[in-house]
Amino acid sequence: MKHSIGKWVLPAYSALALLILMIPIGYTFVYSFNDSLKSNIVWRGFTFDKWLNVCNVQNGAVCEAFGNSIFIAVVSTVAATTLGTMIAIAMVRYRFKFRSQLSLFLFLPMATPEVVLGAGLAAQFLSIGVPKDMTTIILAHTMFSISFVVVAVKARVATLDPALEEAGRDLYGSALQVFLRITFPLLLPGILAAALLSFALSFDDFIITNFNSGNVTTFPKYIWVSAARGIPAEANVIASAVFILALIIVVSVQVSGAARAKRLAKMN
Amino acid sequence: MALAALSTSTAQAPADTSRKSSPVALFLLLPGILYLVLFFLTPLVSLLLTSFKAPTEFGDFGQFSYAFRWENYADVIATYWPHIIRSFGYALAATFFALIISYPLAYFIGVKARRWPLLQSLALVMVIAPFFISFLLRTLAWKQIFSDESFLVTSLKAMSLLAPDAHVTGTAFSVIFGLTYNFIPFMTLPLYTTLERLDVRYLEAGSDLYASPFHVFRKVTIPLSMPGIVAGTLLTFIPAAGDYINASREFLGGTGTQMIGNVIEANFLVLQNFPAGAALSIILMSVILVFVSIYVKKSGTEELL
Repeated sequence: MKHSIGKWVLPAYSALALLILMIPIGYTFVYSFNDSLKSNIVWRGFTFDKWLNVCNVQNGAVCEAFGNSIFIAVVSTVAATTLGTMIAIAMVRYRFKFRSQLSLFLFLPMATPEVVLGAGLAAQFLSIGVPKDMTTIILAHTMFSISFVVVAVKARVATLDPALEEAGRDLYGSALQVFLRITFPLLLPGILAAALLSFALSFDDFIITNFNSGNVTTFPKYIWVSAARGIPAEANVIASAVFILALIIVVSVQVSGAARAKRLAKMN
Repeated sequence: MALAALSTSTAQAPADTSRKSSPVALFLLLPGILYLVLFFLTPLVSLLLTSFKAPTEFGDFGQFSYAFRWENYADVIATYWPHIIRSFGYALAATFFALIISYPLAYFIGVKARRWPLLQSLALVMVIAPFFISFLLRTLAWKQIFSDESFLVTSLKAMSLLAPDAHVTGTAFSVIFGLTYNFIPFMTLPLYTTLERLDVRYLEAGSDLYASPFHVFRKVTIPLSMPGIVAGTLLTFIPAAGDYINASREFLGGTGTQMIGNVIEANFLVLQNFPAGAALSIILMSVILVFVSIYVKKSGTEELL
């Protein structure tokens, strides 16, 4: 008897833990349907209004902040993914001096608290007299994303069989051809995963952004600034919509990955 | 999965030593390295320089010139020592609770749920789901749930489990709770990736040799999952020590719970005392570096870096 109860302790605990992890998500989602006034704290009844008129509140301030966040995330993701992928390929495929030192250097931005990264950039922009705006935010986001991209892509490059590229060269493919027709397509899943991560990091970053944004408002900064006087339900609408979209992307990536693994298993 | 990939940095390069360094490697490395030198390394240097700056003579408010005013450090330590100690105390507590809470969860997903891949994937998606919704809104949700008028707090008071005049928000409890909650996925994911590869035959061997389940756990499971424990605790401790969202007064904190991040932010963005903010940042970074290097040495997982 004791044994059969013991068997259920771990699953029950895990279910409870996962459920608690979901509470703030559920809360944010539910309150996006609240027929609230200025602040969204007390439940005042169900409405679809906030979803249908997201951009109407405060002359579209929420949507403007959201648009800024998307723009910053797209630009910094493209930059960080490009720079990070190049480093990752070089790190795995080439031997060079100071390789382990470089590895440590690339690890450092991930091991530095964000508040230090943010304050450091702010101190630098202040010293050289650069005004803080959209550009400084993009520069900051690209910086902290590079290392994460390197780690994510490196794992993928390491699983790549160098024989495939050698075969391409043996068949008189030029270096560029080998890269475009063999290396790049094989690395693509890793690069896409890194880009998604980089996008997510940029989109949700507040700590570094706050130090380097000047008057520009991003979505997290909008929430921070509004926290004192009340956050409109429209912010919950945007956050919930982003959540659903991200969930769809992750689930479809998982499903397609599982399908590919099955196909490969059959081939073998 | 992108985030799982982060914690599997143990992937080794193929033993392909035939190729030597070439101009191609330099071309691939240079732009990214240069970028990090410009926007990661030199900012740290300018942070260090700023931390020694002195107020400009006859200058305006918020104007400072290069100097070697080491007293800045003495000043910030004298003023902010409670914040510094509190930060590391809260971060240690949050890391401890996140580890205790995450380990059984990661063990369930990585070991017990192996037979049901669909359940495993679902649980993993649930672990990373909080990343998809705004960090700030998530934290504010807990603030509402813990507010004085909330269902939870009024019920606890009605059942006399909480004193009638007690508050939950604005206390050390709510800040540590928020930090723990926010960093649980960072703890669970690396634990999951090491436990997922755990060979259960080692555990069976342990029990075949008449070790008690507790003994097997302590002598086999824990040592084998050490890389995950180290990665998870670092991924939790470092951001938690520098966090200023949870401890902020508008979120889960109060006047008595301000952390080092809050005073760095205030000095930079409100008080315009840049040298003080810079000195605090350097202190935070140095303490973390010392903590991390001792910890990594002690746990014998240097090769992880």
